[in-house]
Amino acid sequence: MIRHETCDAAVIGAGAAGLAAAAEIAKHPYSTVVIDREELRGGILRQCIHNGFGLRYFKEELTGPEYADRVAALAENPNTGFKLGTTVSEIRRLPDGTFELLLLSAAEGVAYLRTRAIFLGMGCRERNRGNLAIPGSRPAGVFTAGAAQRLLNIEGMLPGKSAVIVGSGDIGLIMARRLRWSGVEVKAVVEIMPYPSGLTRNIVQCLNDFGIPLHLEHGVVNIAGRERVQYVDVAPLEGGIPQLDRQFRIDCDTVLFSVGLIPENELSAQLGVELNPATGGAAVDANLQTTVPGVFAGGNVLHVHDLVDFVSEEAAEAGRSIARYLDGSLESDANPVSVESNLRYVIPNRFNRNRKCAFSFRPLIVSDVATLEAELNGRIIWKRKFTWIKPAEMLKIELSAEQLNESGPLVFRLREEA
Amino acid sequence: MYDAVIIGAGVSGASTAWQLSRYDLKVALVERWADVGFGVSKANSGIIHGGFHHSAAKTLKARLEILGNLMFDKLRYELDFPFLRNGILVVAFSEEQMATVRQLYRQGVDNGVRDLEMCGRDRLLQLEPKLNPEVVGGFHAPGGGTIEPYRYVFSLVEASKRNGVDLLCDFEVTRGEHRNNHWTLTAADGRTIKTRYVVNASGLFADEVSRNCGAEEYKIHARKGEEYLLDRDSKARPQKVIFPVPSKESKGILVIPTAEGTTMIGPTADPAEDKLDTATSADHMQRIVTLVSRMVNGISPRDVITSFAGLRPVLDGEDFYIDLSQKVPHFVQVAGIQSPGLTASPAIGEYVKDLLKKDGLELVEKETIEYRNPPRHELRHESPEELDRLHDDDPAWTHMVCRCEKISEAEVIEAVRKGHTTLDGVKFYTRAGMGRCQGGFCSAKIMKIISRESGIPMEELTKKGGNSRLLGGKLGQNTVDTGEKEAAK
Repeated sequence: MIRHETCDAAVIGAGAAGLAAAAEIAKHPYSTVVIDREELRGGILRQCIHNGFGLRYFKEELTGPEYADRVAALAENPNTGFKLGTTVSEIRRLPDGTFELLLLSAAEGVAYLRTRAIFLGMGCRERNRGNLAIPGSRPAGVFTAGAAQRLLNIEGMLPGKSAVIVGSGDIGLIMARRLRWSGVEVKAVVEIMPYPSGLTRNIVQCLNDFGIPLHLEHGVVNIAGRERVQYVDVAPLEGGIPQLDRQFRIDCDTVLFSVGLIPENELSAQLGVELNPATGGAAVDANLQTTVPGVFAGGNVLHVHDLVDFVSEEAAEAGRSIARYLDGSLESDANPVSVESNLRYVIPNRFNRNRKCAFSFRPLIVSDVATLEAELNGRIIWKRKFTWIKPAEMLKIELSAEQLNESGPLVFRLREEA
Repeated sequence: MYDAVIIGAGVSGASTAWQLSRYDLKVALVERWADVGFGVSKANSGIIHGGFHHSAAKTLKARLEILGNLMFDKLRYELDFPFLRNGILVVAFSEEQMATVRQLYRQGVDNGVRDLEMCGRDRLLQLEPKLNPEVVGGFHAPGGGTIEPYRYVFSLVEASKRNGVDLLCDFEVTRGEHRNNHWTLTAADGRTIKTRYVVNASGLFADEVSRNCGAEEYKIHARKGEEYLLDRDSKARPQKVIFPVPSKESKGILVIPTAEGTTMIGPTADPAEDKLDTATSADHMQRIVTLVSRMVNGISPRDVITSFAGLRPVLDGEDFYIDLSQKVPHFVQVAGIQSPGLTASPAIGEYVKDLLKKDGLELVEKETIEYRNPPRHELRHESPEELDRLHDDDPAWTHMVCRCEKISEAEVIEAVRKGHTTLDGVKFYTRAGMGRCQGGFCSAKIMKIISRESGIPMEELTKKGGNSRLLGGKLGQNTVDTGEKEAAK
């Protein structure tokens, strides 16, 4: 029998975002259903067994699974149900403005869930070798860093014996140290940019402390090996072009890719949510509501964050908005927010007049000192100096209700100091 | 003692096995690799060609292509594999190219292909709105289409096995001797098999097998083709297969709407020295994207989810070589099966069967033949009601393991139970891992299911057989320096 169920809010994804959003909705008298593919709550945190999480959100340093348990405990509530081991197979908006989700699980089979509001908390997936079209053969031993992390930390299996890591994203750096600790040799980390793409603390603690070489402005130009990886060829880049006359070989049996994350918005697209090409996530207003009324987003499905604490903060904000949406007290202005020089994107994409608003930015430049400024209706309303600017580290600010006291376009710029 | 042994479980060998499985014969299909179709067949464009690229008067391959094309509807009904007869467009962007288009159209008509239609610009855009509006003209071959080549091989082999054919994988024939009225074939690992007749359908290695059996000397050249697979949501997916005007070496770079709803662009055509070299190269992607962007709108390198390369087995003279050996008895050569070999393969099977009959193999039809493979359920194609019913039989039907391609645990289990115990075998049988995350999320889950169902320990699982081990061992079982000394400094 196909089951039919209803709830006030459906939260898709029981990771750091979904659980934080559910915790906020549960402070109000609404029924919530949290859905996740995995059998355990916590999403990708479950495989992040290292520490460094929670300093902001829980004021305490936690491991990934500890953080997951804390945020899951916040979400526990008699009005909140969890459907784990469950996939949202299809999703659609009905003519009356509510939503219908088709759920599949081994435990309950097929079910339809009708809901008034949706929180999108699906997180992201890893970019892989195929996305980069790295040439060479297709042997065993090529993994994304996160897939190798799962094999090691959840299944207790080693991905190989000696590895080269492509890309200096945080997962790759964490995996370099984890592999080293597990007795896997890490030959090198290869990064195409002239600067690392992960957090500075991870460069120090995961590479420098172990003497693992980091080849900046280098690219992998060939993966060789017919059955299992045998070696990679690495070449320095000049203006992005590999200098093949100076290429060198690194023998290894494993290649891990840590080359960025892509928000998983396939369900958002089914709902007709407008996506922002700069983030790969939804375009949202100050309430983190997407262009489809009743659909909210937060965390890595919206834009890729550096810290899980920011994910939960953002999602909690979306959870509070969902509660207001359900009481009918949500207000939304259409004042556009955009970025100009040296910034890749801003979240949110609209702000409300006379309400404080948090903004997140991703810089495009590496700079010792730069000034971020906000211009409302052609008038500079705010500016602040930032040091150690780099694309790997997100900027977050908040503007007050007094500063946002006019309607009209708000533009942010990042100015490099001379 | 077998009546016939077919060397090579690609499209040609598997089609021959399916043909022979209807007769009272003891037949074995032997394959060098860990699974069927793992040679030339799994890495090609999957086109069912339209019968106009080559002259039927001059080439065997064109005659078999035309016959083979006509056989696919029946085969799909019997064997159940993804196949779309969605039609081929050959498009020209200059008057100069139109001359070649007219020549090809004329060749198709002379070959006896029906329903070919010369088209002006407006008619082409009506047939395929995704075409670049600067197209000048072309023609439509409605009989062309696309197929999933590995699924086709799996279906042929499954049907053959159901009718009594034995399958031996990891069986690389290194020697063949004909003595006392029978052949003895020896594999690299020392296994031997005895048979009255041999069919050499060993693709890239047909020349080596022929030499090792004392038959004709010839040389198979490998011609590499690289393909790029685009995301399911690519805006470029056309309805029809789009061909440019061909060159001498190849039919050109195509835009292929695959039978499973994705889009593929390729293939290139470059000679390869090494018959095991299926590496992709650095400079092709931009060139391919530029070439196909002239034909179809909306192609973006950002949509590329993976690339791969395959090798075509090519003989001097470019035609197929399918004949009884003149040097050794009871030995059929099936060599040089390059494009349009996939299209021709049903007819190749029939042609080989007739050659065997001519050579004295007695063909007596079995009393009962199982003509149909039972239809396969696939989560992505089932209605919620049907999934609900399937879940009552087995809860694994509503456990989705591959999110990108929507593959259930039940489908993975079925693949393993049918003998596909490598990660690639499961991938090609089910599509799990073929989607946009390329196995990032599902590989660990699938490895666990393969291990559980097959009893092979995780650390011994392979990607594609041989030494392609997926893992480096269990955590804690290695004794390598863990770097603590360095960290302590």
